[in-house]
Amino acid sequence: MFKSGIAEISRSLAAGEYSSEEITAAYLTRIREKDSALNSYITICEEMAMDQARTADTSRAQGDVHPLNGVPIAHKDIFCTSGIKTSCGSKMLDNFISPYNATVVENFNQAGLVTLGKTNMDEFAMGSSNETSYYGTVHNPWNKELVPGGSSGGSAAAVAAHLCPAATATDTGGSIRQPAAFCGLTGLKPTYGRVSRWGMIAFASSLDQAGVLTRSAEDAALLLNLMAGHDDKDSTSINIATEDYTANLNQPLAGLKIGIPVEHFAEGLDADLEQKIRNAINEYEKLGATVKDISLPNSHLSVSAYYVIAPAEASANLSRYDGVRYGYRCKDPVDLADLYKRSRSEGFGTEVKRRIMMGTYALSAGYYDAYYIKAQKIRRLIKNDFDAAFKEVDVIMGPTSPHTAFKIGAQTNDPVTMYLEDIYTIAVNLAGLPGISIPAGIVNKLPVGLQIIGRNFSESQLLNIAHQYQQVTDWHTMTPEI
Amino acid sequence: MSISANDIAYIANLARLQLSEAEQEEAAKNFENILALIDQMQNADTDQLEPLSHAIETSQPLRDDIVTETNQRDTLQKIAPKCEQGLYLVPKVIE
Repeated sequence: MFKSGIAEISRSLAAGEYSSEEITAAYLTRIREKDSALNSYITICEEMAMDQARTADTSRAQGDVHPLNGVPIAHKDIFCTSGIKTSCGSKMLDNFISPYNATVVENFNQAGLVTLGKTNMDEFAMGSSNETSYYGTVHNPWNKELVPGGSSGGSAAAVAAHLCPAATATDTGGSIRQPAAFCGLTGLKPTYGRVSRWGMIAFASSLDQAGVLTRSAEDAALLLNLMAGHDDKDSTSINIATEDYTANLNQPLAGLKIGIPVEHFAEGLDADLEQKIRNAINEYEKLGATVKDISLPNSHLSVSAYYVIAPAEASANLSRYDGVRYGYRCKDPVDLADLYKRSRSEGFGTEVKRRIMMGTYALSAGYYDAYYIKAQKIRRLIKNDFDAAFKEVDVIMGPTSPHTAFKIGAQTNDPVTMYLEDIYTIAVNLAGLPGISIPAGIVNKLPVGLQIIGRNFSESQLLNIAHQYQQVTDWHTMTPEI
Repeated sequence: MSISANDIAYIANLARLQLSEAEQEEAAKNFENILALIDQMQNADTDQLEPLSHAIETSQPLRDDIVTETNQRDTLQKIAPKCEQGLYLVPKVIE
C-alpha cells in the first residue's frame, strides 16, 4: 500500500480498504527500516502521526471529511510545526520548537492530513545537492552514491523511496524542480505569492515559494488545492481567487503553443538528456500541441543576478539569528558583540556564512548600486524576456537540469560550480513564474526532468499539461528499488 | 576583482560573524570566483531599465487599524535561551 500516491490513498481510505492508522503505521515502519540508508528525515513524528491518524479515522467514521482526510505526508523542515522541532537543516535551529504552525501546515492539519515527519534539506535552503545540511547529506534512492538534488533533497528522496506519498517543499532558485528531476518526481513551484509564506523560514523573501513533490501531477493538484490562497498573515500572498486545480486536468492539449528556448539547449547540456527532452516534446506534438523555437536572450545573466539578490535578502533575513530570542546561543559570551558573533559563527554552516557575507557585501556602502540595483535591473530584463515569449507561446519547455544526479562530493570544492546547477530554473524565480518538473525519461538508470514554465497563476494549465503527458507515458511511475 | 583576507574580515564584522584565519583565506578565494560570476551582469545594458524588486508588482495591502495580535510573551519566551522576569538576557551593555 505504500507504493500509492495521494489520489489513490484518498480513494482507498474512502472505500474503507484500510484505515489512516494502518497506512500511517505502514509508512512509519518503512521509514524506520529504510531511512538510515537515505537520511531523508530529520524528525520522525511517530506519536503525533499516530494520534492524527486515529483522529482522522474517528472523523471519517462520524461523517463528512475532506477527501484527503487521513492521508499521510511529510513536511520539509523549513515549515514551522507547533510542538515539533523545526531545524531548517541548521545547528542554529537544532533546539527550535516553533510555538505555531506555518499556514501551509495548518491548512493540511485542518483537512485531516497526517504528518509523518520533517524532511532533511540544505541548511536554510541554501544548496543544490542537500550536502549543506547540519544533519548530513541525503542519498538519492536511485543510486545512494549520488545526491538527491537540493535544497528540498530530503522531501524528494523520501517520496522517491516511498517513505511518504508526497511532501511539501520550497523553491527559491530551483529547490523543488531540480530535486524532482534528480529523483524522478513531479515537482510544482507555484507562482510567487500563490501560497502563503507565513511560518516558512525565510531565505530570500522576494523569491521563496512553497510547493510540493509528488508522484503525479494529479497528486500535486490535490495538494495545491489545500495550499493556495491569500493569507492575511503574509502580505505578499496574492489576493486573487484560487481554483480547483484538479478541474482542468483532463482538458485536451490540441492547439497548445509550446516555446522551446534555444538558450536551454545550448552548450553544457548532456546530449542523452537532451534527446529525452526532445522526445517528450515530440510526445506533446502528438497530443496536438505546436512547437516553436523562442529566445530568452538574457537567461545567461540569471545566475549572476540571483547570486546578488538572494544573498542580499538572506543576509537581512538571517540577521534575526542573534542568540537572544531563540535558536543557538554560544557559551559564556564576554559581551554583546561576542554573543552575536560566536552564536552566529558557531550556529551557521559554511555555505550559509558565505551567502550572508556575499549579501552583506552587495548591500554595503559603495557597492549597493553596482551590485544590488544592477541585479534588480537584470531581473527586469529577465522578466521582460518572459513577457515577450508569452506573447507568442502558452508555455515554455526544456530540461530542468543540464544533467542527471551527480556524485556526492563532486561539486563541493567550488561554490560557483554548484551555483550553476540551477541555470535553467533560477530565471523562473526571478520572474515569479510558476514551473513544474516532471519525469521524462531515464538516462544511465537515472531520471530526467522536463521543466514546464507558465504565465503567472497558470498552475491549473501546467498541471493539465503535466497530467496529459502522464496519461500517455509511464516515466512518472518508475521507482528505484530500495 | 581581488579580495583580501582583510576585506573578508571587514565584511564578516558587518555581518556579525567571526572567521578563523584559515576560513578568511578560503572565503577570499571563493569570493573572487563568485564575484567573477556576478560581474558577468556588468556588461548588460540596463540604463533604460527600472530596478525590479518584486516579480509580482502590486502595492502592499492595508488592513484595518485594530488589534489582532494577542499577548504571547510567555509562549515566545519559553524558547529563548535566557530570560528572566519576562525580559531577554544579554551580556551587560552599560557599565
